[in-house]
Amino acid sequence: MADNGKIEKVSIVISKGSLEGIYPGLIMANGARAEGMEANLFFTFFGLDAIHRGRHEHIKLATVGNPGLHLATWAGGFPGVSTVMTQYLSRKMEKLDIPSIPEFVEMIADTGAGLYACQASVDLFGLSKDDFVEQVKDIITVGEFYDLAAGGQIIFT
Amino acid sequence: MPTVTYAGTNVAVNDEGFFTDPDQWREDMAPEIANAAGIDTLTEQHWQVLKFMRHEYAEKGTGPTVRALGRTSGVSIKQLYQLFPKGPAKLAAKIAGIPKPRGCI
Repeated sequence: MADNGKIEKVSIVISKGSLEGIYPGLIMANGARAEGMEANLFFTFFGLDAIHRGRHEHIKLATVGNPGLHLATWAGGFPGVSTVMTQYLSRKMEKLDIPSIPEFVEMIADTGAGLYACQASVDLFGLSKDDFVEQVKDIITVGEFYDLAAGGQIIFT
Repeated sequence: MPTVTYAGTNVAVNDEGFFTDPDQWREDMAPEIANAAGIDTLTEQHWQVLKFMRHEYAEKGTGPTVRALGRTSGVSIKQLYQLFPKGPAKLAAKIAGIPKPRGCI
């Protein structure tokens, strides 16, 4: 931390695969870079979907058991509801010039932030580096993540 | 209200060093502010961004965020971070004498 108390580095973990589970981490990483802070993004478990070539364009809003959405569970469970709600929200985000997840990930990498995938999750899901977008720097273990994060703050999302 | 002297003139700045009155800014102040912020020389590309920031501020009353900068200034995000390493929108706003832009993306 700087003498004036300002944060100089953040390492953000993204562990969820829903739209609302992925965006906060991305916004925080991008925001950190815009403030001149060093930033790392570590994708684990379903967060890997955000950097997965085949999946990063199909991230959905969670409509079942999501109390924040104020939608009855039985209603959210119908086929297609998740897709429709995701499209609805995506259109609103477009109007506010909030980039799509693939575009956002690319943009964040362009700002110089480090993007990493979790080794354990990669093993668990049987993935490899080829499954990920080119912006991913490396697949690392939790210990390596802690080394990367040293001296800064860690944010878990 | 703190003041700083650039190019021989006293200007009013806020605690973070941003101009509180953008009209006090003059072009010859920019190199000094840039130096204080750690940028030794302002190249043509730097100026392209600075002019764009002042233009946006004049038109919209607020400076653009990094994303808007990357989209419309003609300079890519990668280049922006190379020109202004510690946060392009924030740094360029300071050097261009406009308030810090408020925005999350």
